[in-house]
Parts: sequence; structure tokens; C-alpha cells
Amino acid sequence: MSESMVLDLQNQNEDTQKGRYLTFTLGGESYGIEIQYVIEIIGTQPITEVPELPTYIRGIINLRGKIVPVMDVRLRFKKQFKEYNDRTCIIVIDIKESSIGLIVDSVSEVISIPESDIVEPPEISKSGNNYVKGIGKISGEVKLLLDCDRMLNDEDTEIINKI
Amino acid sequence: MAEQFSNEPMLDIYIFESTQNIEQLELLILETEKTGYTPAAINEIFRIMHTIKGSSAMMLFNNISNLSHNLEDVFYYLREKKPQNIDYSTLSDLVLECVDFIKVELYKIKNGDSANGDASGLAESIAKFLVQLKQNGQSESENTIEKSGTSQSPVFYISKDKTKVTMGKNTFKAVIFFEDGCEMENIRAYAVLNNMKDFADNVSCFPEKIIESDSSLNEIRKNGFKIFFRTDRSFDGVKDFFQHVAFLRDIELIEINQDNNPDSFESSKSPILESITLSVSDKTENNPVIVHQTKAIDEKASEPDIQLNTVQNIISVNVAKLDKLMDLVGEMVIAEAMVTQNPDILALEHEGFLKASRQLRKITNELQDTVMSIRMVPLITTFQKMHRIVRDMCKKLGKDVQLTLIGEETEVDKNIIEHISDPIMHLVRNSLDHGIESEGERIKKGKPPKGMVTLEATNAGSDVLIIIKDDGRGLNKEILLSKAKENHLLSRPEEEMTDREIYNLIFLPGFSTKDNVTEFSGRGVGMDVVTRNIETVGGSVFVESTEGLGTTIILKIPLTLAIIDGMNVRVGNSCYTIPITDIRESFIPYSTELITDPDGNEMIIVREQCYPILRLYEYFEVTSDVTNFEEGILVMVEQDGKTICLFADELLGQQQVVVKALPSYIKNKRKIHSLAGCTILGDGSISLIVDIGGFINHKAQANGMKHHLESG
Repeated sequence: MSESMVLDLQNQNEDTQKGRYLTFTLGGESYGIEIQYVIEIIGTQPITEVPELPTYIRGIINLRGKIVPVMDVRLRFKKQFKEYNDRTCIIVIDIKESSIGLIVDSVSEVISIPESDIVEPPEISKSGNNYVKGIGKISGEVKLLLDCDRMLNDEDTEIINKI
Repeated sequence: MAEQFSNEPMLDIYIFESTQNIEQLELLILETEKTGYTPAAINEIFRIMHTIKGSSAMMLFNNISNLSHNLEDVFYYLREKKPQNIDYSTLSDLVLECVDFIKVELYKIKNGDSANGDASGLAESIAKFLVQLKQNGQSESENTIEKSGTSQSPVFYISKDKTKVTMGKNTFKAVIFFEDGCEMENIRAYAVLNNMKDFADNVSCFPEKIIESDSSLNEIRKNGFKIFFRTDRSFDGVKDFFQHVAFLRDIELIEINQDNNPDSFESSKSPILESITLSVSDKTENNPVIVHQTKAIDEKASEPDIQLNTVQNIISVNVAKLDKLMDLVGEMVIAEAMVTQNPDILALEHEGFLKASRQLRKITNELQDTVMSIRMVPLITTFQKMHRIVRDMCKKLGKDVQLTLIGEETEVDKNIIEHISDPIMHLVRNSLDHGIESEGERIKKGKPPKGMVTLEATNAGSDVLIIIKDDGRGLNKEILLSKAKENHLLSRPEEEMTDREIYNLIFLPGFSTKDNVTEFSGRGVGMDVVTRNIETVGGSVFVESTEGLGTTIILKIPLTLAIIDGMNVRVGNSCYTIPITDIRESFIPYSTELITDPDGNEMIIVREQCYPILRLYEYFEVTSDVTNFEEGILVMVEQDGKTICLFADELLGQQQVVVKALPSYIKNKRKIHSLAGCTILGDGSISLIVDIGGFINHKAQANGMKHHLESG
């Protein structure tokens, strides 16, 4: 009996975070990421480079004593690199016990996108759509909703592409 | 499922406490073997078993609980009756066997398996021992029981609270039926009996031999467990008690009048009845005496026995909290530096401020040192485990060896302790098995018959040295060489091998001079495990030996994994740290000393020796203005006998740094060979720590590849 009550509470907690996305801009597009993964948002910091890593992983930063790797989302999506300015932010996300920072052009807001407004991504090009989980429509605008897991772990395709 | 949920937080504490208790008990037993069973020791052992029984029962680990209960009975008897001829050695063996059993169960629990060990064999031996104890014991009452030919020992317990035997008012007969399939009915029945002793006397039961025979189990299952007893409690009180028995299916409770007594029993019980009345009257005489003695024991027990209380002033802390504390202190140091080194404030040149900031600096430094030292744990616990091993092996091999511990208060980092306890155990076993000769041999050689094994730990600079020394046979070079030749393990011709290299043969996997494999050694695996474990923590092993006199094995371990002395170097805009222990020298080269070989590798000649050069900015792909050798600096580093020179822009200075591991995300992506970790510098920036070994291997591989590609 008490078990089901505990599960209910857990579900409730998730529900308050479900369907809410943090939106940020990159180039001309607007992306969204589920808020349950986001730990914090910080401004740019000096990044220490680490050798022997793919170019989109810029290096590591010191976040209050914790070492966090940072990834440039532009380079990850194979766009052109843009110099960092004071609007550039690092979104720190936490997936499966490891933290990583995403460098984005600028951060917009947190919005709720109901399930009904999310559609499946079209099969345009293979490389781009691995990371997009869905496409959300909000007040006439289109946000590409990202799949964090695939963004972080998609190195098999990388290696294949290298060869 | 819900059960697991609620047990989880308590499980950790239970495992921790029980492990501590068991270790304490083990030490105690080993101690008492030398000094004899003092009343204080018996009390302490009783207390430990009682604690283990209670906490195990609460966590529903009934096999551990019942086993400790049985042991408790033995020590209770020892405490109360103080029999004279106790077979101490068997007792110690018995207790140690139980300790082993409980250790195995705790290990299973820790790994998440169910604790389903069968302790009934052990329980039987304990019961037998107790019976024997009582047979040899003083009181007449026990002899009376033996005459009647039953082993009713558990039934006639008088608990400490009862100083007078009360002839209970009410007599009851209870028949208990346990639930089908609940198993171990005999042990449950036994537990019921023990629980009853507080409020009931004249307890007798059918079947009588509960623990000793398995047939009783079937009897209880079929016909129920019959108990006949006398008590002051009312019918309802008794019924209440029985309702709380675990796995109770049915209880038949009948109040019996005095005259009904003999009839309700089966005829076989009547002789026992006589002995009951006999022994009861005996007991009333003995009791006042026993009470007296108990008082005396209690007074003595209050004497502080320092060795028994090794874990009094210690508090257990979650390691995650320690890590967080270390992080926060590190940040505080940085923040403090930012405040006190702020150029604007310094420009004010305020005397009071400078004084205060100096004071703040001192305090922060001390805080940092203290926090770093929290992770250090003394080697005492590891060393003391060796006592048990020496004792067991001595018994089994028939040798007499004394283990001396020196410097066990030396502290090492908590992470390291886990890695060295196995190697030390191996080495001690090796000394006992291979090294120390039998008594006869030793006397012939003129050595003292008692073998000596010494375990010593000392600080040496930034390392801890652990020395395992024995005065046994020593290593025989000829045997080693011949065994190596047999197994084709020799990499060089015999004549060229130095003594040290011959001794190092023992570390080769699969190497053993034993012809047959025994329980302790002979497979050739042990030393390999030792080297690997020690290398994991970044240490090294050395062997020294004199034939006929003994062998010494030295383990050199870094003081802590977390802190190293590093030299900061700048390459372009990035900062790197090289561990000082690897640096041999640093210098600015002359261009005349440089050579380039046909493959394009650069090398330098220093004092007749040639070393390869690695340009750091090239290797790390960092843009740097300094490309000319004479503008930068060459740092000569060495590891595992191989030396290379690293070219950097400039040396920034030496610093003690806290090593942090690279984030797991990066480690999972790609194994970076040249980096051992990273560290946060005083100004908040990150410096990467260079792994020299990784460098050298990687470069060798890269060179090899180049050759391959070019030649292929």
C-alpha cells in the first residue's frame, strides 16, 4: 500500500518537470532541452583545452571546484564556429551521473510544450536528425527538441565518418 | 520489495557495525589465546555476541542471530559457572569458526546476495562443546542431569535476573505448531524455550533433544512442540507471549493443576521429573553463591582494558562528505587568495589589513592540511589482520612464528589501504610457507626455534615504506635460475643477471619453486598479484635476501593518491603540471647538442647519453610563440628506466597540488594516454597533470607505427 503511495509521489515530481523545455538559440534556429536534465546556466569561463579529444569538445572548466567538460553545440551540429561573446552561455546538464556543459549562443526561456504540440522529426538527412527527438510548435515558432543521450553518446558515427 | 526499501539505510549501518564487532571479536580471541580468558575478556566477548545477535535478529538474518545466540550461551555459562578445566584451544577454534561463518554471511549481504548459510553444523558443535563443558564442570546439578541420560542443558537456564527460584503458581502445558514450510522448526523451538526462561521455570519439553537430532524436526512438524512449564504469569499473559512467536500456526495452551502433573506427561518423562525436583533444590543452595561471584566479576570488569577498546573515540563519516569538504576547502583557499591578493586593496597598503590577511592565510593553510589528513587512516587494522593469518598458518604448518608489528600508527590514504591489504597478506603467507623453516631445521642451523616475521611501516619522504622481513631460508639463486630456465622465463643468459634481477624472477606470473600446489602457495600467482596491486596505487616492490638468513620485501607506496608535488610549466597559454618525482633535471639546451635522425625525431646528448625530445606544444596541439629551443626549457623526465626530454615554454614553479580525475565523460570518450588527471591552481585555472609513463608508451607506439607505415 505504502509502495504505491511512494511511486505516486515520484510521478508527481516528474510531472511538474515534464513537458517543460529550456530553449536556446544557435545560429538561426531555436532548440529546446528537457529541464529535468539542466542543473544550471553560467556565463562563459576560461576553458582549459584537453588534447586528443574531438574538436567539438572544447575542454574542461572549473565549476566551483568540480571539473566539467564542455561541448560546443555549434561544432557538434557541424555549423560554423562563432566567437564567444558576453551573451554566450554554458548550460550544465547532468545525464547518467556525468555532467557536461553545452556552449550555446544565447539562452531564451523555459516553456511548457504539451505532448500534443510535439511531432516526430522528418527523415531529411541522417546526420542531423540523430539528435532531434521531436519538433515542438509554440505560438507559430518551431523549436527543435534535443535528445541529450544521443548528443553525448553518438561517437560511433563519428568514428565511422572519420574512416 | 517494501522490505528492501525499509532495510536499505539500516543495512549499511548494520554491515558496518557488525564488521567492526566481528573484527574486534577476532582480535579479542587472538589476544586471549596468549593471556588466557580473563573475566573482562569473557564479558567483552559476551557483549559482542549479544550485540551481533540483537542486530542480526532485527535485520531478520536468523542464521547469524541463532549462531551468536549459541555462542552467547557458552560464554554465559563460562561467566556464571566458571568451570575449571576448559579446553581453551578448542573453544578458540570454535569461536573463530563462527567468526568466519559470520564474515562470509556479512560478505554475502554486502554483495546483495541472501545470507543463506547453514549454521546448524556449527550450532551442533557448539552445543556439544557446551555439554562437554558442563560434564567437566563443577556443579552437581549438571551431573544429575547426565545421570538421567538426557541433555536438557538449555532447559535449566537461570537468567541473571532471578536470584531466587520461585515455585511458580501456575503450571501450563503448551503445544506449539509452526507454519508449514517455515523450516528450522527445531531451532525456532529452541528459541522459544530460551525466551521463556525469564518468566518460567521447571521447563521441560518434548522432543527433548531439540538441536542435536534431526528427528526432532520431524517430530515437531508432525505433532507440534510440547512444552511443560511453571510460571507466575496468568493464562492470558502466557497466551500473549506465545502469540508473539514467529511463524506460529497454532498454539494449544492448557493450564494444569498440581495433581495433574504426572498424568499429562508421557511416561518417559517421569524419571526426568525426579531429576527436576532434585536439581531445583540444589540450585537454591548454589544460587546465593553464584550471585556473590557475579558481583565480584562485575567489579573486576570495570577495570579498563585498553586493548579491548580500540574503537572508542572514532566516528564514521560518509566518504562523499569528506570529498565535498575537501572541495570546499580548496575553493576557500582560492577565494581567500583572490581577496588578499587583490591589486587594488594591496595598493592601499593598509597595515591592519595586511596583518589580518596574514593571519587568515595561516589559518586557511592549517585548515587545508587538517582536511587533507582526514582521509589518512592508520595501518593498524590491516596489520592486525595478519595476526590471525599467522596463527592459522602456524597451526596448520606446525611452525612456531612470532609476528612483530612496528610503526602501525603510520597513516596512508584510505584508497590505498584497500589495495595493499591483499599483497601484505600474500607476502606474510609466503614468508611463513616458503621462508621460515621447520623447528627442527632451525635448531640444526643454530637459529632460535621460534621464527620471526616483522611487519614494519615508516615514512620516507613522500612515500610510505612497508617492510616484510623474515629470518627464514632466504632466496636461493640457483633454484630460482633453474626453475626459470625450466619454464623458459629467462630473458637474458644467466651469467649476465644481477642478484636483484634474479630475485625479481619471483614476480613473474606463473613462477613458483614449489613442486606441488598446497593450500597456501605453489601456483605461482601470488607475487604477480602483489606487483599488480602495488602498481595500481603507483608504488613499487623491492626484494632483498640473504641465503640462510632471511628475506626482506619492501613495498614503496606514495603517501596519498590525492596530492602530488608538481612542477608547473607553461606551454603557450596553457599550464601543465609534471609530477616532481619523475623530473630528473631541467635545462636550456644549446642548439649544438641537438640531433635529428632520419625519421625526423629530435634528440639531445647530455653527458654522453642520448635522449629523445618531445615538443609539448606540438604534442598537445597548443599554439605557442616559443619554438626555438633556446627560448624555452627542456625538462628531463624518467619513468620505468626510460627517459625523455619535454620541451616547454617556461617553468612556473613548484606546487603541491590536489589531483582530480578527469571527468568520466571524457574518460569514456577516449582514453587519453598522456594525462593522469587535472588540478585546480591557486587562481582558479585548471592545469593538466602529465602522465610520463603514458607519454613514453604513446610515443614509442607512435614511432613504431610510423616505421610500420613507412616500411609497409
